[in-house]
Amino acid sequence: MPVVMDADRISRTLARIAHEIVERNKGVDDLALVGVRTRGVPIAKRLARALKEITGHDVPTGALDITLYRDDLMRHAVGPQPQVRRTEIQFSIDNRKILLVDDVLYTGRTTRAALDALIDYGRPKGIQLIVLVDRGHRELPIKADYVGKNLPTSPDESVQVRLLEIDGQDEVVLQGGAA
Amino acid sequence: MTPASTEVDRKPAVTALRHKDLLGIVDLTPEEIALVLDTAEAMKEVGTRPIKKVPALRGKTVVNLFFEPSTRTRTSFEIAEKRLSADTLNIAIGTSSVVKGETLADTALNLEAMAPDMIVLRHSSSGACHLLSRICRSAIINAGDGMHEHPTQALLDAFTIRERKKQLAGLKVAIIGDLLHSRVLRSNIHLLTKMGAKVWVCGPPTLIPTDIRKFGVTPTSSVDEAVTDADVVMLLRIQLERMEGAYFPSLREYFRVFGMTESRLRRAKPDVMIMHPGPMNRGVEIASEVADGPYSVILDQVANGVAVRMAVLYLLAGGAEHEDAA
Repeated sequence: MPVVMDADRISRTLARIAHEIVERNKGVDDLALVGVRTRGVPIAKRLARALKEITGHDVPTGALDITLYRDDLMRHAVGPQPQVRRTEIQFSIDNRKILLVDDVLYTGRTTRAALDALIDYGRPKGIQLIVLVDRGHRELPIKADYVGKNLPTSPDESVQVRLLEIDGQDEVVLQGGAA
Repeated sequence: MTPASTEVDRKPAVTALRHKDLLGIVDLTPEEIALVLDTAEAMKEVGTRPIKKVPALRGKTVVNLFFEPSTRTRTSFEIAEKRLSADTLNIAIGTSSVVKGETLADTALNLEAMAPDMIVLRHSSSGACHLLSRICRSAIINAGDGMHEHPTQALLDAFTIRERKKQLAGLKVAIIGDLLHSRVLRSNIHLLTKMGAKVWVCGPPTLIPTDIRKFGVTPTSSVDEAVTDADVVMLLRIQLERMEGAYFPSLREYFRVFGMTESRLRRAKPDVMIMHPGPMNRGVEIASEVADGPYSVILDQVANGVAVRMAVLYLLAGGAEHEDAA
């Protein structure tokens, strides 16, 4: 069960991404962070803290639940529904640049659902995608703007991101697979 | 979808309703009730968005089959269905073949031949939903059957109470009115006792079912006793259309003895909630000063009804099979 990122590595990576955000957007003026539930939310909050340290400005932060936009809802003839949680975006996304935050980018289907969900809240000036881990195997034409770590995987492996706020510790582990 | 890295966080007691239909609260466990209420919280947020619609039930057809008049419940279901992107169709008795003598079962089988996914049924006969449940493949949602149950009303009542009081366990809930004919009462008794609330029921002795104690509630004909230290006071409509006998002398006398007034309410807790499932008879079971007063959450109940019905529709649309969605 190899640990591919430990707590220090995660913390340095998020600090680096925060600097990239400031550089690319020439500040944080019209930015807002939206974390995809579940683990995108604490990552978005950490990035908000890092951006505050770098620039002195607060960046509005929200949480997005994509369950009702999943492309596999109702595709099974029968079966229990995935659990829906609350979306909390307390600011207008109109004319803002939205930084969409998720823990792992894999098939791209979660991101597709998140884009559809976001657009229902307004018309952002732009959306940029931030992921802690990009593990490849895309099934849709989606690409991240900020990547914490590119991690080559096989489809039968699984990437577990564990975060202090939810799991009690920070680490990314690679599980399963033929290796 | 394959969000490979995300385990389910803080696993709730149950994550799905494993039922084909919602016929009554009696069939639900406390964990399932909590799941509906939690899901309704997420659904309530959808109603606050600029675009109040999510694609979850796209391609699903829901028939609202109403054999009794209804404003709130039918409209509430229809809005809930539309917010989930389902295709909806409303059938009211006046315009259907029922007036030509078709039976409920035949009406249902004919509708079913057009392959709807869900049927929301209101009917004046207790057990009508159970009948449809046996003969239909579609999911049946009980929108009130005779004097039996009205489960979505009890769920939206519970949601409204929980929103204010944070939990149901330990609360004193006084339900006052026509206990004999009320399906809202039956569903609420099941729900509130399952969730650990202390339920007092109050009405004229002629309108108290004789065996009501076996449901774990305390009956009384003293309004003052029922209201004392109550966290929630729920008024039930006097259902004149269901009354064939003489249960009490007059509506004016009913109001004098049982009607909820400000002075009666002083015995309740200072943060008491006043609820009524509607339609209200002002000056019969409730005084206007109370209905429109600061403790009233009657319109919150209506608003929450949409969120709760969205939750029920969403949770039942998955079906009953014991397998995890991929």
